[in-house]
Formats: sequence, structure tokens, C-alpha cells
Amino acid sequence: MRFEYKIEGGDFTNAGLASSQIKKIMKQVGIEPQIIKRTVIALYEAEVNIVAHADKGSIKIDLEPDFIHMILEDEGPGIADIDLAMQKGYSTASPMVRQMGFGAGMGLPNIKDNTDELNVTSEVNKGTRVEMKVFLNK
Amino acid sequence: MDNPFFFHAIKIDQEKCIGCAHCMKACPTEAIRIVNGKATLHSDHCVDCGECFRVCPVRAYSVTDDDIALVEKFEYRVAILPSVFFGQFPDHVSLYEIHHAMQALGFTHVYEIEGGVDILFDAINDIVADIDSEKPVISSFCPAIVRLIQVKFPSLVDNISKIIAPLDLAANYYRKKLSDEGVQPEKIGVFYITPCAAKIAAVNSPVGDFESPINGVINLDFLFNKVFRIIKQGKPNKKVVLEPELLESKALRYCLTNGEAKHVKGRSLCIDGIHNVIEFLELVETEQVKNIDFLELRACDESCAGGILIPENRFLTVERLNKWARYNKKQLIINQSVVRKSFNDQSVYLKQNLALKQKIEPRMIVLDNDRYVAMKKMEKTRDLMCFLPGIDCGACGAPTCMALATDIVNRKANLSHCIFMQRQMEKHNKLSHNHAFKIIEKVWGTDRLNKDCSKKGAKNENF
Repeated sequence: MRFEYKIEGGDFTNAGLASSQIKKIMKQVGIEPQIIKRTVIALYEAEVNIVAHADKGSIKIDLEPDFIHMILEDEGPGIADIDLAMQKGYSTASPMVRQMGFGAGMGLPNIKDNTDELNVTSEVNKGTRVEMKVFLNK
Repeated sequence: MDNPFFFHAIKIDQEKCIGCAHCMKACPTEAIRIVNGKATLHSDHCVDCGECFRVCPVRAYSVTDDDIALVEKFEYRVAILPSVFFGQFPDHVSLYEIHHAMQALGFTHVYEIEGGVDILFDAINDIVADIDSEKPVISSFCPAIVRLIQVKFPSLVDNISKIIAPLDLAANYYRKKLSDEGVQPEKIGVFYITPCAAKIAAVNSPVGDFESPINGVINLDFLFNKVFRIIKQGKPNKKVVLEPELLESKALRYCLTNGEAKHVKGRSLCIDGIHNVIEFLELVETEQVKNIDFLELRACDESCAGGILIPENRFLTVERLNKWARYNKKQLIINQSVVRKSFNDQSVYLKQNLALKQKIEPRMIVLDNDRYVAMKKMEKTRDLMCFLPGIDCGACGAPTCMALATDIVNRKANLSHCIFMQRQMEKHNKLSHNHAFKIIEKVWGTDRLNKDCSKKGAKNENF
């Protein structure tokens, strides 16, 4: 089952739309609650990353009986050093963003903790592509 | 597909129901449909919150309370009263009069429930302080909220504190006290006076493998009317005089909003009103809000003061309880002879019986138990949503277009139940006018399309 969403950079108010939609669907098809939780936490973090850093982005989600595959692509500054960005606490967020409760430098590490497969590719000044997979069987 | 997981405390009188769909629109879990002009309940969705009861204009909803005659079966008849009960009476009515009237009704012992809240506060603070417990810790006090989490927020069931409610603690206490005095347990009947439906469900079908110590549940609204009449007529039974206990302010206010959160250490929030709770739990579930230690969640606006079986206005109830609390505080300070009974004499026994034995299980509502089938159904639902108008008018007998789509894939409804789809079908000669008419009658009942001047708001309104 395919789901597609568009994201506007800077729109924190509406961040989380995709994750709350997917959460509802996953509950109705009977995925185990803890797996839903991991999936939506990772997806929400990835959504907020786009809102916080990029100009705009898109989400493509494939929900299959055995796994959920999520691809988030954005047009934005990109990540210069992905290994560094994967470290807990590393953040480039502005004080304003931090004040809103975002930008603690836990985004990518949190995504990694909550997904089974994570692939981040990026080109500076062009954009970032985050590909995540969560298996739905315990 | 209906799988009644447990007893429900809400029932619909099919005779009284006029199929107005107010309840269907108010239900936070979309548990109600209109069939043949009457409201019907999907029991696996229902969390006994009572929102349907609240909005029903013809009082077709009632609760499955126990008959007060049940009291007669026991020699020792213990009534345990929630503090909101005292908030129902005008200021000039004293605690003594209320207690006397209760005895005139046949109760041999009348007690306030909240005497032991210190034990509960200690327990909840221990759970919150434990680094291994899931945060935020969610209070298990409101049974409608516990059920809501089981149905709608399954990933949060482990956050619910696994301790019993004040009413069970009080029942354990007074039962133990009497049996210590040598009374045979089977002679003791403990009766809970309930402000809501959810508590009835909780007594009849407790969560977490817990056996309720309550023998019967009496409707607070019913009992208030009985008690107030006795007081009004000025003939309370003065044979037995028991000294009513004075509750501390925090005990009296326990069942009100911020009654728990105020006394829990750490970052504690209180939220009342089931729709507000749902909105907040959506954020908690995706960890969009973090670092909260404790959540006090109550299904009713103004918590138990807003219970569906509370006769008085909820804001006045809160005001009176606050007044009682201030009065008691003063009395307890100036008059040392007024002995406040707390549950301390049995604290060891009570603490041993405080925890729920089992974890609380989720009861998710799924499209199908087979995930492959469920996914197919979900795809079909999404396809159907392309056709349905998305205005959630309810004319199909389901609360939302999405609910209708779900009912269709579960073979409980047809696309032609939608009046917009009917127009389309008629236009393309796939549905006759007569058939369309019959479909409307099937959902809303025969005669529904006829003129009727006795309906609510009509010129000969007659109920």
C-alpha cells in the first residue's frame, strides 16, 4: 500500500501529519503496538528534520504485510558529514529552533535506534535522502 | 466480527430511542451506528465513557447499575461514597444528615472512599521515581481512560500505573476492618455509589486480573434523590449515630481535575475531557511530547464532578467540594477532637493488595485478524474514500465517511447507504427511486420521512 506526502520547510505546526496518518493505518491492520511506536517515532523525526533544515520535501511510504519502507527526500542544504550527524547530540539547529523543543541533535541517532535498516545519502546544497525500513514481524 | 471483550455499563432502550444520531456523533471511538431508526452499540469499540448518555435528548441511555434492594441480602451493608456525592447538596445540609439518611435507606456503615489516598500517592510516587517504569506514567484512576488506551492507544498500555483505584482500596479496607472484628466475610456487602458508567464497567469487568471487592454498584443520581428527599422531609433515622469522618483537602479533591497530578512529584500534567485526552495521547504516542513523568487523565470535563450520574452542575460541584475542603481543613486544625480516620491502621495489608496482578492487555480494533486480509481491506477502504463525499454527514447511519467505508469492507453496510452515492446510482440508472427510499428507511426506520409534528422542536412537541 502506497502513501505519499509533501512537506514544506519551516512549517513546524504541521510536522507529524504523515506519521499520525501512518499510525492510524498500522493500528487498523493489526501491527504490533511496539513496532508501530518505533515506526512512527522514526518517521516523525525524519519529517521534522525536513521541516527544520530543508526547503521542501516528499515522503513515499510502502506498507507491505512484512515490512514498511519509507523514503524521505528533500531539497535543501544537505549533510556534509553524515557520520557526524549520526552522533548523539550533534546539531546544527539555530537557537530559535532549539527553543521550540527541536534540534537536540537526537534526530538521526533516534531514527537509527528505531528502524531496522537506515540509509542516508546526501549532497551538499542539493538535498538529502533518508531511506528507512522496519520489519513488521517480531 | 464483534468481539465483546468485556461487560458494558451502558445500554440503549430501543423503545425510547428516536434514532436522532446525537450519540453517534458524540462517540469518541465511533462505536455507534443507526440501524432501523435506532442506535446500536459496537461493543468492542465502546469504552463506557458515557458521552452518548450525556447527549441523548430522550434519555434512551441508561446504566447497568444494581438495585438498591440488593443491599438487603447482607447483614453488614457498607456504602462507600465518593467525595463528589457531598458536592451535590446545598450548603445547609450537613454531613450528619447525609449519613443519617443513608442509614435510613438501609446501610449499616457509611464511609468516604478517599480516606486512604495517601497510600495511593505514595505508591504512584514510587512508580514515577522508578527509572525502569515507562514514562509518562498514566494514572489508572479513570476506567474510561484505561479502556480508551486499550482500544485506541495500545502502545501505551504499559504506561498505565498498575495499582488499584481508591474505591477498591476503600472496599478492601472496610472489609478487612469488619472481618478483623469477627464478622464473617459473606455477611459483608460493600456497595459503591458511582458517578459514572465506566466505574460500573470497572467493577464488573476489572482489568489486570483483579477481583473486585465490591458487591454492588448504586447509581449516584438515584441515591442522591432518595437521600435528599429523606433530608427534605426531615425524618432521618436517628437510631444509629456514627461519626462521619472529615476528609483532608487532598482527599476531597482527589477525584477533581488536578487532584492527583498536584501531589505527584516531577513534571505532572492533568487533562480532563475525553476528546482532550485523545488529542494529547496522539502526541504522547509518537513521542512528540517528551519528558513528562505523570499524566492524570480523566474522561469527563471537570473529572468526576462531570460524571454522567452527577445530578448537580459540575462547576457548582467543584465549588462546593472546595468549600468543604477549606472547612475541613479549618476543623481539623482548630478542633483536635474531630478525629480524622485514615487507613493507616491497615496500611501493611492494603499495600500488599495494591498492585494489579497482571499487565493490562491492549484490545486494538483491527480490520481483520489476518494481517494480509486486513491490508487488503485497508486498500479497499482507501479506494472507497475516493468516492464518498467526505462531509461526515451521518445520513448513512455511520458517524463518518471513513466509518462507512470500514463498515462496507467488513460487509456491515453498502455503498448505497451513502445519499451522495444514491444520487450517482440513480443518475446512472443503477438504483430506482423506490429502492433508494427503502434504503433510507432501512437505516432511519419506516415513517422517518413522514411528517411528524410531535418530534422535538416541532409544533406539537411531545415527549
